Amino acid sequence: MEKKISIKLDGKDVEATAGQTVLECARENGIFIPTLCHYAKTTNVGACRVCVVEQEGARSLVAACCMPVSPNMVVRTNTPAVRAAQKMIIELLWASGDHNCLMCEQNGQCELQNLVYWLKIDQPRFEIKAPGYALDESNKMITRDLNKCILCGRCVRACNEIQVNEVLDFAKRSYRAKVGPAFDADYIDSNCFFCGECVQVCPTGAITFKQAKFAGRPWELNKVRTTCTYCGVGCQMDLYTKDNKIIKVMGNREYGQPNEGSLCVKGRFGMDFVAHPDRLKKPLIRYKKNEDFKEATWDEAFTFIADKLSKIKKENGADSIAGLSSARCTNEENYLFQKFMRAGIGTNNVDHCARL
Amino acid sequence: MAGLAATFGSGAMTNSIDEIEYTDLILATGTNTTENHPVIGAKVKRATKRGAKLIVIDPREIDLVKYADIWLQQKPGTDVAVINGMLNVIISEGLYAKEYVKDRTEGFDTLKKMVEKYTPEKVEKISGVPADDLKKAARMYAKADRASILYAMGITQHISGTDNVKSMANLSMLCGNVGIEGGGVNPLRGQNNVQGACDMGGLPNVYPAYQQVANEDVRKKFEGFWNAQLSPKPGLTIMEMMEAAGKGTIKAIYIMGENPMLSDPDLQHVKKELQKLDLMIVQDLFLTETAQLADVVLPVASFAEKDGTFSNTERRVQRVRKAVEAPGESKTDWEVICGIANKFGYPMNYASAKEIFEEVAKVTPSYAGISYERLEKGGIQWPCPTPEHQGTKFLHKDKFSRGLGLFSAIEYIEPNELPDKQYPFLLSTGRVLYHYHTGTMTTRAEGLTERYPESLVEINPADADKLKIADGQKVKVTSRRGSVEAKATITRKSAPGSIFMNFHFADTSVNLLTNPALDPIGKIPEYKVCAVKVEAA
Repeated sequence: MEKKISIKLDGKDVEATAGQTVLECARENGIFIPTLCHYAKTTNVGACRVCVVEQEGARSLVAACCMPVSPNMVVRTNTPAVRAAQKMIIELLWASGDHNCLMCEQNGQCELQNLVYWLKIDQPRFEIKAPGYALDESNKMITRDLNKCILCGRCVRACNEIQVNEVLDFAKRSYRAKVGPAFDADYIDSNCFFCGECVQVCPTGAITFKQAKFAGRPWELNKVRTTCTYCGVGCQMDLYTKDNKIIKVMGNREYGQPNEGSLCVKGRFGMDFVAHPDRLKKPLIRYKKNEDFKEATWDEAFTFIADKLSKIKKENGADSIAGLSSARCTNEENYLFQKFMRAGIGTNNVDHCARL
Repeated sequence: MAGLAATFGSGAMTNSIDEIEYTDLILATGTNTTENHPVIGAKVKRATKRGAKLIVIDPREIDLVKYADIWLQQKPGTDVAVINGMLNVIISEGLYAKEYVKDRTEGFDTLKKMVEKYTPEKVEKISGVPADDLKKAARMYAKADRASILYAMGITQHISGTDNVKSMANLSMLCGNVGIEGGGVNPLRGQNNVQGACDMGGLPNVYPAYQQVANEDVRKKFEGFWNAQLSPKPGLTIMEMMEAAGKGTIKAIYIMGENPMLSDPDLQHVKKELQKLDLMIVQDLFLTETAQLADVVLPVASFAEKDGTFSNTERRVQRVRKAVEAPGESKTDWEVICGIANKFGYPMNYASAKEIFEEVAKVTPSYAGISYERLEKGGIQWPCPTPEHQGTKFLHKDKFSRGLGLFSAIEYIEPNELPDKQYPFLLSTGRVLYHYHTGTMTTRAEGLTERYPESLVEINPADADKLKIADGQKVKVTSRRGSVEAKATITRKSAPGSIFMNFHFADTSVNLLTNPALDPIGKIPEYKVCAVKVEAA
């Protein structure tokens, strides 16, 4: 049984679980503490300090994401000192990068932008000095603009602790610090597997999907939860669409098992086939062997098939007909397929590529 | 799946994906998990970071080897010998779960007697696995509180595939790992709905939920459901169908979303067989290699353009939802089936995928408690017999589906075709991270093809040196059945004397080379072992 302890949070007595952080306890109790570097189920690093709170008896403000609860602790999350510190942090982050929302894909869902608004900051008190890094547009999947990076390290932890691909890390120090693959390589020249987890966790527009660029603003996209069509893991994913086109694919931690929000390179970047010009659009019939296909209506195709199947069944019996159902199709379709073969045609000659 | 069905009474992943992350030991064999099931691969890696032990048994130096406590590099096709060697050590050192074996299993004495001769020293001779490593692995597996076995096609795509699976079951049961959380024998299924296609009766011998067509009571029940007379005779498997097409006893094949012209072994032969058909119907997204041979090609909706359900590798039934409209006049596969059936004179009329699922739930006991309403809240793992049932996280708790777990005494047999003077290399085939199956979808993705644009032959540096082949140089790979050309990539992932190729690219059809020899029970071709020669092209 987990040990319960009592703490005072913004003047209210609340029950916390031993081992919990102040942040976790606050969230459970509906109290908002802003965060940037925090990402649940990865190490709490306390890097951004935007989650600072006042703790009675502490020498200075403490980071709620790293501070474990302790019995009779008294914590305040919304004092003037806390807000002043948060403003300072956000202003410094704003001033140290090129946070130009006009041309940013994350506009509208950027966590830095949201905090600027929430903290009511008009203008940073500091001169804006972006580092002037070159864009990493080395590949067709992920674009990196480190001028928008706030060094929260979420991508580093996603890469090392969630996907365990161990590609990303911090390099250099102080204002020269940056995240990336070894030897400061572009993604395409690194051993990156392009799972896209770094894009998914990035709170700003520093790491974005290349194909989604200029393809739709966040508020214009429809989101549909579905199951990935590739391997047997059955990852739950959100397809973001606009104008009948898939713009990007995201995992969603709220969906829980089996993938807890993670995806792989195929699920993430393997959806081009859906809108590919090679897709078949009309039924095709070859009326005589060795002739070319001719486009047909569905009625013509169904009639052609039904007539031929009837003739073959009559002349050679139902067992001269076979069907391959599909590990790619839905349960409903596989069910109907075998039902048709067994009850309609009258044969058990039905199999699929489970063996291949 | 036949292997697990015979042993436990149910052919499916016994445990759940989330348990992999929190178990004490993982034995991964014949699964290149980080490339073929990357999200599960991440869980395995996370488990090792947390302190779980990892044993990898694989001829290739796959990514997981980096995270392994012990790596047994067996010669391809010697899996039964290796597992028997582990059983030998565990039994002779008395490390097995004695009470579990006594209470829950049968056939132990026969197994014990049979594995006596598989001493670690003998197994070393057969498999190349050092006897000491084998002993270490056996002890480590046996001493773990909860141990999960993961395997995939590296185990099943052999003529001894069913035997290999039974061997995994032997090992797991011997140490009391079946029927507990975090344990089990877990086949990682390669395709999104291969589990569901099997569950739905897309197999020649069973109706939905593995109810035998040869069983008269079952058949009568389905005759009632479907208002038709049903054949008591089990049908042909995919490889048997192809053979029968060649002989002329199969006249028509109706293919829904499959591409045997790239996925089947010995393609030249398959093509000849398919060309003999009077009628070949193919419904697919693209004019695939198979569709090009068809008489009728029907355009269908992709997964993003329809509603339905998939069942994943851990038996979890999950919703598929329509996000975009299908192009042109495409219909969903189920609408096409109904269209053909209605014209053929067997009426099939459904308003939606949901309505079909309601019928599925009626005739499929393991799905009986599942409905679209319930799936809105998330996936449900079968068996789920009633609307109140929460689904089943792991199977065989307290009791196996067949009653007692059955040990199978299995002798090692050699692969069907081994390297010789003329064909000195051993070829294994499989997938790579960036592509999927016959490549019809992934080779059309910009990003994926940028990262992996063409087929590659993975060859060990020592072999490349001997053959004077440089990295990136074109090589010609020839077997008794055909030959293909592709660029070489020099990597230690391939053991000396072995090469690895993928089957994703139509212009480098590795299945022109592969051996169609089948596992006698599973009828799975031996994709993991055939003999080839390699030369500069």
